[in-house]
Amino acid sequence: MININILKPTSSNFQTYLYIGSALIFIGIFDVFLRSFFNINYLTFLPGSLNFLFPLIIGLVGLQMIRLEYSGNRIVDKINQNINNNTFNAGLTLIIIFLTLLVIPPALDWMILEATISGDTKEACVATEGACWTYIKVWFRRFMYGMYPNDFHWRINTAFIVLIAFAFVGYFMRGKLKNYITFYYAILYPIIAFVIINFLISGGSFGLEWVETNAWGGLSLTFIVSFFGLIFCFPLGMILALGRRSELPVIRYISIGYIEFWRGVPLITVLFMSSVMFPMFLPSDAFVDKLIRVIAAIILFEAAYVAEVIRGGLQALPRGQYDAAKSLGMGYWKMQIFVILPQALKLVIPGIANTFLALVKDTPLIFVVGLSEVVGMLQMAKTNPKWLGYAMEGYIFASILFWAICYAMSKYSQYLELKYKTER
Amino acid sequence: MNHKIKSIIPQLLTLLFVVAVIGFFTINAQLNMEERGIDFGYGFLNQESSFDVQFSLIEYDGSHSYAKAYLVGLLNTILVSVLGIIFCTIIGVIIGIARLSPNYLIRNTAAWYVEFFRNVPLLLQIFFWYYAALRALPLPENTEPLFGVTYLTVKGYYIPRLIWENFDILIYSILAAIISIVFIRNYARKLQEEKGQQLPVLLISAGLLLVFPAITFVTGMVQLEVALPVLKQLSKTSFIYAEGLSIPPELLALVLALSLYTATFVAECVRAGIQGISKGQKEAAASVGLTPNQILKLVIMPQALRIIIPPTTNQYLNLTKNSSLAAAIAYPDLVLVFAGTALMQTGRAIEIVSITMLTYLTLSLSISVLMNWYNKKIAIKEK
Repeated sequence: MININILKPTSSNFQTYLYIGSALIFIGIFDVFLRSFFNINYLTFLPGSLNFLFPLIIGLVGLQMIRLEYSGNRIVDKINQNINNNTFNAGLTLIIIFLTLLVIPPALDWMILEATISGDTKEACVATEGACWTYIKVWFRRFMYGMYPNDFHWRINTAFIVLIAFAFVGYFMRGKLKNYITFYYAILYPIIAFVIINFLISGGSFGLEWVETNAWGGLSLTFIVSFFGLIFCFPLGMILALGRRSELPVIRYISIGYIEFWRGVPLITVLFMSSVMFPMFLPSDAFVDKLIRVIAAIILFEAAYVAEVIRGGLQALPRGQYDAAKSLGMGYWKMQIFVILPQALKLVIPGIANTFLALVKDTPLIFVVGLSEVVGMLQMAKTNPKWLGYAMEGYIFASILFWAICYAMSKYSQYLELKYKTER
Repeated sequence: MNHKIKSIIPQLLTLLFVVAVIGFFTINAQLNMEERGIDFGYGFLNQESSFDVQFSLIEYDGSHSYAKAYLVGLLNTILVSVLGIIFCTIIGVIIGIARLSPNYLIRNTAAWYVEFFRNVPLLLQIFFWYYAALRALPLPENTEPLFGVTYLTVKGYYIPRLIWENFDILIYSILAAIISIVFIRNYARKLQEEKGQQLPVLLISAGLLLVFPAITFVTGMVQLEVALPVLKQLSKTSFIYAEGLSIPPELLALVLALSLYTATFVAECVRAGIQGISKGQKEAAASVGLTPNQILKLVIMPQALRIIIPPTTNQYLNLTKNSSLAAAIAYPDLVLVFAGTALMQTGRAIEIVSITMLTYLTLSLSISVLMNWYNKKIAIKEK
């Protein structure tokens, strides 16, 4: 029988096909490589679109020639299994490889080869086509600390170092002290944090000059807002989740109303409310700082989301757990604290991590009330007449910053999930 | 008796607390408004707004009322949301399926896309598209056409405008097609349940959707003209494209950022849905003798959709709420027009912020109610 499909190898003549196929694939990739890195095109004699598609066609033919279910060669088998199962996949594989080759040289040029980081003024960047990292270097302190006076940056640094140190206290609690670990993190730590930030960053006493919250900004403000948001929205969300599962109708309906209301409105309108509407609701002589109002708004808002996540965990617990706890004679609170919540919270670690990530990603929104953290500072730097036209660098810098923070958080949550996983 | 009191006391305390908080706020608000000489009321909605909006779907200028300005903002919000939902679904489904691809490169490219775009704040992405990416586009006079007749410039995206004659008849014909499709579907289901025969429903539906409008064209009841964008000189250095439809860069940036960001979440929902179907289902269907196409259509998809749709709707809701970030790049959505400009002019913080919040709340709650109803309908009925 004559094999009609000449491009289909068999195990007997596979060696020949392998050599020809690899050569074709290599020619295709090499052609794109030359075009993108050295701007050389050897195929100008081919008409327009054929010239353009040549590497793709030749690569496809090559991949088709080496596709065999079992060849005996480990590398070829791996390629066939992973990136060359059928013609469609082979085409996508080639397109991805070619796009990567095409994108690398300009990106590399712009980001590194032709970029500048020297100098302290815009003039250093005028000469080159590449990115102007000088801009980031000059504005770095602003992106980190906002308009906080330069001389006092040590106060922010110290405050954060002390806060982190206090956060690790839990690790050193041994023996009897360990019973108080929840109490420490839930109640004592937030108070300590508030006191430190109030006295060290805000100042006004102990000989430290007072810095108004309008001057705070940059990444440190992102941390402060997210930090208090995280600490307070969690217990509030827990109470709301319990309330929504409560058997007492008044408490249940109030919780449902609260949760549905806050989940139904965008954060930006909540922030608007906190800045323009909330002062109307307070006695005219009362004054609440803008930052505190904003943080309170974020806490109230995110608590509703946390509540829904925790409710999912509560619902996932089998009824037997409740019954068992009750049959041991536990009251409501004892049952929730010692039996239900520990199990439910363990189940919803990924969901809570997602909510916390959302909170961190939502912090840039505080620009609507005139507070500028990293993204807000970028907008300020971008419109500075001395530094016009470097928006791209700023956004890339901030993207990497946020990406790193969020990625680290999600990895940590995955670690926690594994740590607290118990076989069921 | 003892038990009853035990359950009443906490409820009473909670109620008292809530009433006290609300009462405290109301009394303060009244005092504050008296002090400033503002009287609470929604009468201002009928007053002349006297501000212009850059981009509006309906006829509007400064001489119209605040209520009309509200409508303009609302329509713009809905426009962005609908466009965003369409694009994020398309991208999300593609990426979600790509994440399950047997191809190593595709799987990982999709994974990188998801990891990157969902870990960068949406606001930053909107700013990036608006201030960095779209600003790098050429001026109208230097623009090369894209797809022959459209022009992507720094001043917006110019596309041909379709001018319909008797557009309503076309709509009626499409409606008629949809109604007949519903009937045919019901008939096909009945046929399958009773006799086990299958009709090519999808083909018939597509055919009907084409044939009905085509008839209106052929008979000359509906006519279509296309107005291509033409370069027009406004002043010595300022050019625009006239005649065609212009999509402002704000809308472009917003839809791009919203759909690319939300697509990552939709992709995860799709992936979870497909992965959630156990292998046994597929094998069982195959052993009953269904073809691969039938397996996908009758066994896998109905079950996967049950997992996919609820979280995806949630993402659509999030997209709608996130579209309020439009205010940051001055796209005239509900928040910018109403909670921004109108609030500045009238100073009626409580009324305007409450209307804005209620609008979003109504939007969200109605979708939630719809979702719950749908969930109940498709839930597996266990015996």
